[in-house]
Amino acid sequence: MITANKPISLQIWGFEMYSYSDFDDSFVRARVAQFTQQVERRLDGSLTEEEFRPLRLMNGLYLQLHAYMLRVAIPYGTISPHQMRQLAYIADTYDKGYGHFTTRQNIQFNWPKLPDVPAILSALADVEMHAIQTSGNCVRNVTADHFAGAAADEIEDPRPYAELLRQWSTDHPEFQFLPRKFKIAITGSPNDRAVTRAHDIGLRMVKNAAGESGFEVMVGGGLGRTPMIAHTVRDFLPVADLLPYVEAVLSVYNTLGRRDNKYKARIKITVHETGKEEISRMIEERFAELRPLFGGHDQELLEDIRAAFAPPAFRNAPVDAYDAFYKADPVFRSWADTNLAAHRNDQYAIVTISVKAHGQTPGDASSDQMRLMADLAERYGHGDLRISHEQNVILPHVHKSDLPAVHAALAQVGLATANVGLISDIIACPGMDYCALATARSIPIATQIAERFKALDLEHEVGPLKIKISGCINACGHHHVGHIGILGLDRAGVENYQITLGGDGSETAAIGDKTGPGFAYDEIVPAVERIVRAYLTVRAAPQESFLETFRRLGMDPFKAALYDTESAQDAA
Amino acid sequence: MSRRFTPKVVTANRLREGDVVYLTADDQWSLFHHEAELIDDEAHAQIRLLFASSQKLAVVGPYLADAKQGQNGPEPVHFREAFRTRGPSNYDHGKQADFPADLGV
Repeated sequence: MITANKPISLQIWGFEMYSYSDFDDSFVRARVAQFTQQVERRLDGSLTEEEFRPLRLMNGLYLQLHAYMLRVAIPYGTISPHQMRQLAYIADTYDKGYGHFTTRQNIQFNWPKLPDVPAILSALADVEMHAIQTSGNCVRNVTADHFAGAAADEIEDPRPYAELLRQWSTDHPEFQFLPRKFKIAITGSPNDRAVTRAHDIGLRMVKNAAGESGFEVMVGGGLGRTPMIAHTVRDFLPVADLLPYVEAVLSVYNTLGRRDNKYKARIKITVHETGKEEISRMIEERFAELRPLFGGHDQELLEDIRAAFAPPAFRNAPVDAYDAFYKADPVFRSWADTNLAAHRNDQYAIVTISVKAHGQTPGDASSDQMRLMADLAERYGHGDLRISHEQNVILPHVHKSDLPAVHAALAQVGLATANVGLISDIIACPGMDYCALATARSIPIATQIAERFKALDLEHEVGPLKIKISGCINACGHHHVGHIGILGLDRAGVENYQITLGGDGSETAAIGDKTGPGFAYDEIVPAVERIVRAYLTVRAAPQESFLETFRRLGMDPFKAALYDTESAQDAA
Repeated sequence: MSRRFTPKVVTANRLREGDVVYLTADDQWSLFHHEAELIDDEAHAQIRLLFASSQKLAVVGPYLADAKQGQNGPEPVHFREAFRTRGPSNYDHGKQADFPADLGV
């Protein structure tokens, strides 16, 4: 909810970051106090589970397969070292010493006990965090490019707009009971690292002919049961029109969205059933009504927020030490080649910390690892950390001369795996190891694939390849946009895995195509290996990526590799 | 033609801890599937589910799950229920860590 209180720009750790206003702080603490009472009333029997369930979900508390699960929002994936240490404290004090970073840039704790949850929320409030709107039919955590504010290809840091949207959508009275949940993603770069076309609203910053910044607005994307790529409803939206336009989209959806069928309630179905032209017309009509009601306070607020996202004071220092180390140390070189990305400042690099060591659960970080990452961010990274939707952690601003030290420190705690963007950098939802909705396991499939390709020593030869695994049709593991997507299903009481190929979550977004019949639990890793070996055989050159090869040749060589094995053996 | 009733156990999660539990024949909630009451009569199953649903301060979300008689008592039929008896497969957490002897792991 937007208020007149100004945000505070913190420079405690030598960097800038949005900090709660007095209103934010009192709002979050009031919610903690309220939920504390609700938990007490549930435990003494004053509230039934039917009454309590929607209240706990509004505060991010789910009941999963083996225990409760608390989902904590990390707005647009940006987190401070102080906050990361508090997550480590919560993991140690109230959970089992680790947390799970999710595909929506959140963190989940898998083992909290109900009586402890008020204390956890209070500990979160102490560091300006909460779990509000991480569940329910409301606007969820606004996600953003995890390289925001650092990427060399960026037009503008999108996070001030994400923060504006966060404030606007938090406890927005009109949008607390939407037909279904609503997810917004934003990027400031032409290279889409935020999967904007698979969101209810995707915002991609663009420039118009006059050189002004604005947004391409995409509506109606989504994965799940009915995957759809979003339609562009505005090629260029001036940044000043962002809030009234997004409110117009929500308003139209709130009116048209189906409440009679949960499976047809997302805006992607609304757009599909209404038609792109008609829904665009309705959005524009509503926008025309809303625009005059925004008197400019949102723009004043945006200016204040912008100040809180000023770039850090970059150091000007030689990078010779980095160059020399890169030449001398092959282990460091391998890590640098895969885990570093181009920073807008030539002397700096963006470090992606792989939370995907071979054989480890994708996205799980121990409390010790969290504290180490916080320390590194403070010492070498201008106090800035990001969580990526690909379940890794980012140090967005590291001077190149500090990279050898960062790499050495990460290696001490198992965080220096050189696999970002490679076959073992797998997105996997919690699946049936934790999730009550899952129809099959995801995590052991991911760990087995990673270990298999490590044993084969093939992943660097294979090159860029994104495998994404979901344990049910809800697609939290983004399998539809994986170059190789894997969907775990329950087929007559047995785990079965369906493969899709050719999915893409980038600016060239595409939904993957099903290969054919699925594979049993013990068949899926060999099946993936056959796909990859087929790719290595048919690619035009080592530089041709898996996705490029698939787009050139289509499904046939991969289907043959997957399904012709038995007939080939029979014929032999 | 009505479908033949398959044996069931009543299962739920504990309100405070979230632990998976099973209703025993003497109206207790056990952490162990093999201690559950195996119900082979449909009407009795509904009565037991009603009883479980009345235990609002003890458990959340009770339901009937397919089970079969095993050597040491009822065993789950479906893999989901088998996972619920012990814990996740990626860590030694949950009941498999807390009660390995009782679960035979």
